[in-house]
Amino acid sequence: MNVLTMPSISYSALAPILFLLLGGVAIMAISALRRRPLSSTATTTLTLIASVSALVASLIEWAHVSTSPATSTIAGALAVDGFSVTIAITVSCATILATLFAHHYLERMAIASAEYHVLALTAAAGAVVMGAANDLVVVFLGLELLSIALYVLVALNRKSQASEEAALKYFILGGFASAIFVFGIAFTYGATGSTNLQTIGNTLSASVAEKPSILLIGLALLLVGFCFKIAAVPFHLWTPDVYQGAPTPVTGFMAAVAKVGGFAALIRVLLAGLPTARSSWEPVLTAMAMATLLGGALLMVVQKDAKRMLAYSSINHAGFLMLGIVASSSAGLSADLFYLFTYSVATLGTFGILTMVATASDDDAGLSRLRGLATKHPVLAGSLTVLILTQAGVPLTTGFIAKFGVIEAAIGSSAVPLSIVAMVSAAIATFAYLRFVLNLYAAPEGDLQSLDLDGSTTSPTAVVGVAITVAVSIFFGVVPSLLLGLTSTASNHLLP
Amino acid sequence: MHAFPYLSLLVIVPLIGAIAAALLAKAAPSAARTAALVAAGVEFALVVAMILQFKTIGSFQFTSQHAWASDLSIQWNVGIDGISLFLVAMTVLVIPVVLLGAQVAERGAAFAAWLLLLEAAAVAAFVSLDLMLFFIAFEVTLVPSYFLIARYGHERRNYAAVKFFVMTFLGSAFLLVGILVLAFIHSGQTGHLTFALSELRHTTLSSGTGIWLSLAFLAAFAVKAPLFPFHTWSPTTYREAPAGGSMVLSAVLAKLGTYGILRFNLTLFPQASKTLAPLVLTLATIGILYGAIVASAQKDMKRLVAYSSLAQVGFIVLGTFTMSKQGLTGAVTMMVNHGIITAAFFMLIGWIAQRRGGWDTTMLRGLQRPAPVLAAVFTVVMLASIGLPGLNGFVGEFLVLLGTFATHRWWGVVATFGVLVAAVYWLWNYQQVFHGDADEANDQMPDLTIRERLVVAPLIVLIVVLGVYPKFMLDRIEPSVARTVATVVHASPTPGSHVVIPSSTRLGGDR
Repeated sequence: MNVLTMPSISYSALAPILFLLLGGVAIMAISALRRRPLSSTATTTLTLIASVSALVASLIEWAHVSTSPATSTIAGALAVDGFSVTIAITVSCATILATLFAHHYLERMAIASAEYHVLALTAAAGAVVMGAANDLVVVFLGLELLSIALYVLVALNRKSQASEEAALKYFILGGFASAIFVFGIAFTYGATGSTNLQTIGNTLSASVAEKPSILLIGLALLLVGFCFKIAAVPFHLWTPDVYQGAPTPVTGFMAAVAKVGGFAALIRVLLAGLPTARSSWEPVLTAMAMATLLGGALLMVVQKDAKRMLAYSSINHAGFLMLGIVASSSAGLSADLFYLFTYSVATLGTFGILTMVATASDDDAGLSRLRGLATKHPVLAGSLTVLILTQAGVPLTTGFIAKFGVIEAAIGSSAVPLSIVAMVSAAIATFAYLRFVLNLYAAPEGDLQSLDLDGSTTSPTAVVGVAITVAVSIFFGVVPSLLLGLTSTASNHLLP
Repeated sequence: MHAFPYLSLLVIVPLIGAIAAALLAKAAPSAARTAALVAAGVEFALVVAMILQFKTIGSFQFTSQHAWASDLSIQWNVGIDGISLFLVAMTVLVIPVVLLGAQVAERGAAFAAWLLLLEAAAVAAFVSLDLMLFFIAFEVTLVPSYFLIARYGHERRNYAAVKFFVMTFLGSAFLLVGILVLAFIHSGQTGHLTFALSELRHTTLSSGTGIWLSLAFLAAFAVKAPLFPFHTWSPTTYREAPAGGSMVLSAVLAKLGTYGILRFNLTLFPQASKTLAPLVLTLATIGILYGAIVASAQKDMKRLVAYSSLAQVGFIVLGTFTMSKQGLTGAVTMMVNHGIITAAFFMLIGWIAQRRGGWDTTMLRGLQRPAPVLAAVFTVVMLASIGLPGLNGFVGEFLVLLGTFATHRWWGVVATFGVLVAAVYWLWNYQQVFHGDADEANDQMPDLTIRERLVVAPLIVLIVVLGVYPKFMLDRIEPSVARTVATVVHASPTPGSHVVIPSSTRLGGDR
C-alpha cells in the first residue's frame, strides 16, 4: 500500500477561493432543501457575504504576502504571492459590484436569482484560481470553472432569443479555444517534461529546449487559447455578439471578471513560466496588441448599439493591457494590475447604469435609447459620463493613470512604435466615447416616456454600486499613489 | 523656505469655485454665480499681488514642489517666470470678463463651473515645471472646453466639439509618447526617472532623436495653437462655440500651444529647433498669408476672427522660431495682447448676435448710427488687431518683425504682407457692418448697456495702456526670454552622442 502523503496546504491563501465557492454551494444547497425558492434579497445577501468575506480574506492575506517572499501551496499548484492576492482582491471587488447591479435586474426580469448568484460565485472562484495558478493544468481548471459558469450565465435570460444565441456561440467557440489550450499544455509538457511553471522556467533557462519546435507549437496554442479569453484581435469575433446578447449585468460581470482571470493567467504563464522564450512570444504579442488596439478602436466608432460599442471598447482595453505584458518588466506588471482593477470598476459601473436604464424587453440597447438621459436623470447621466471618460483615459480619472502606466512601462522597454499605435487608438476611441456622451446630453427625440426606467434608478443597491464605481474612478485618478503602491509591491512579489 | 503658496492657490481657488458653483447650480443658481465670481475675483487679486512682488529676474519664482504620484515619477512642481506671468494674468482677466459678459444667463451656474475648471487647468498648465503635470493640465482643459462647446454652442456644436476634442487629443498622443521617450533617455543617462523640466533639459540627444522628439511635441502644440495646416478645427469650433467659449478658447487655450512651443520645444530641443526652424517659419508665414486671405473672404464674423487669429498665431510662432531676443519677446507680448484683443472681438460679436440674432455681415449694416458706443469700442479693438502704433497689437507684431528681419529676412518680408492684408479685411468688414444705410431691423439695434460698457472697459483700457506703455510688461518678459535664447544659442551640435532608443527613430512624426 502506498501511503498518499498530503502536500502542505495554506488555508489562509485558499480562503478567498473557498469563501466564493462555499457561498455558491451554500446558496445551492439551501435552494435545493427549501420548498419555495429563496427570495432574491436572501440570495443577494448571501452572495455579498461570500464575496465580502473573500475580499477581507484577501486583504488579510495581503498583509502577509507583501512582507514575505513568494511561496506556493498544494505542492506547487497555486502561487501565494502579491500578484495572486491582488487578483483575488480585484475579482472580489468586481463580484461585489456585479451583485449590487444584478439584484434589481433579476427581480425585474423574474430570473431565478439563486442560479445567477451560484454561477457568478463559481466563475469568480475560477478567476481567482487563474490568478494564482502555478501549473498549466491548474490554469485550465480555473479557466473551465470560469468559462462553464459564464456559458450558462450568458443564457440566463431564457425568454430572450439573443441571450440563447449568444450563449451557444460563446459555448461553441469557447469550447474550441479550451481544446486548443489543452493541446498547448500537452505540447509544452512534451517539450519541457512538466506542467509546473517554475519547472518549465528552470528547464528552459538551464538548457535550450530539446525540441524547440514542439515548444513553439505549444506556446502558439496556449496563446490562441488565452487570446480567445481576453478577446484579442483576431480571436475577438465572439465578443460583440456575446456582449450584446447576454443579460446586461452578466455582460458587465463577464467584461470585468473574465478579462481579469484571462490576463492574470496569461501574465503568469508568460512572465513566470516562459520568460526565456520571450524572443518568441514578444513579436507575436506586439503584432496582436497593435491589431487589438486599432481593431477595437476603429470598430467602436461604427457601432450603433451601446453594448456592442462597449464590447469593442473592451477589446481596445485588452490591447492596452497587452502593452504591459510586452514591456515584461515589473513596471509593466504593476501597470497591468492597476489597469485591471480600475478597468473592472469602470466597466462594471458602465454596464451597471446600462442595466438601470434597460427596460423589460432589454434587447434594445441602441445608443438612441440613451438619448436625452441627462434631461430625465442628470445624476445618472453625469455618473455615466464620468465612467465613459474614465474609459477614454481622461486625466484625473483612473483611466488616465492606467493608460499612462502601461505606456510608460512599454516605452521603458523600448516598445515605442507599439506605444504610438496605442495612443493613436486612444484618440480614435475617444471619438466613439464622446459621441456616446453627447448622446446623453442631446435633446430627447419625441417621446421622453420611452425612457421608462421601471423604478430601477431608485434601486438602492444599484445606486450604491454607481456611487462606488464613480468615487473609485475619480479618487484613484486624483490620488493614485495609494493603489499604485499596492500594485507596485504586488509586481515585485511574483513567484519567479 | 515656506513662502506664500501663490501658484498652488491659483489652481485651487478656481477649483473650489467650480465645485461650489456645480453644487449650488440646482439649488441656488444666483448663489452659484456669485461663488464663481468671487473665486474668479480672488484669483485675479492673487495674480495682481504676484505681479507686484515679481522680481525682474529671468529665473522661475514662486516655485513649489510636492510629491504627487511618486510611483509614476510625476511631481507637483510649479513656478512662474516672465514668460508665463502675463499669460496667467491674461487668463485670470479673461475669465471674469467672460463670466460677466457672456449671455447664457439661464444656465449660468453650470457654465461658470466649467469655465472655472478650465481656468484652473489652464493656469496649472502655464505654471507647470513638470512635463507630465503640464500634459495632464493640457489634457484636462479639453473636458470643460468640450462641454462648453457641446452644451452651449450653436447649430453644429456637436460636430465642432468632437472635432476639436479628437484633433487635439490626437496631437497630444504624440506629445505623451515624446515626453516618455525623452524621460527614459534621460533616465538611461542619469539613472533616475523624472519629468522635471529643469533636469530633462540637460538630456543629451542625438540629432535624429532630437528632431523626432521635437516633431512629436510640435504635433500637439501645432494643433492647439493652431499652426497652419493643423488649424482646420479652429474656424468650425470658434464659430459654433458660445461667445464665452470662443473667448476662452482663442484667448487662453490657443496660447497653451504657442506657449508649449516656446517653453518646451526651444528649451528641450534647442538643436533640433534650429534644424526645424526653416520648416516651422515657412508654415507660420503660410499661416499668416493664408489666414489673412481667407479672412478677407469671410461673411461670418466669428470665422473672420478665427482666420485672423490663425494669422496672428503665425506671427507668434514666427517670432518664437527666430530664436532672437526681440522675436521671442515679441511672441510673448503678442500672446498676451492677442488674447485680450480676440476676447474683446468675440464678446462684441456675441453682443451683436444677441441683439440681431446672427453675426453674418450680410445681415448687418449701418450699426454705427444706432450703436455709436459699440462702434467706437469695435474700432479700438479692430485698430489694435491691425497693429496701429499706440495700441497693444503693434508692440508684439513690431518686435516679431524686427526679430525676423534681423535673423530670417525673407520670411519677414513675406510676413509683412500679412499685416497689410489684415488692415484691408478689417476695414472692409467694418465698412460693411457699421457704415451704410441701416434697414429697419438694424436701425432698431440698442447700443451697449451700462453693464456691458463696464465689462468691456478693462479690455479697452489694457489695449491702450499696453500700447502706450509696454515697458512694464517688457521689463519682466525680457530677462526670462534672454535665458531661453541663451539655451538655444549655446546649444552645440552633438554628433558624438549616440543616445538612440532603438526604433524610436522609425516612427513618431506628426502626420
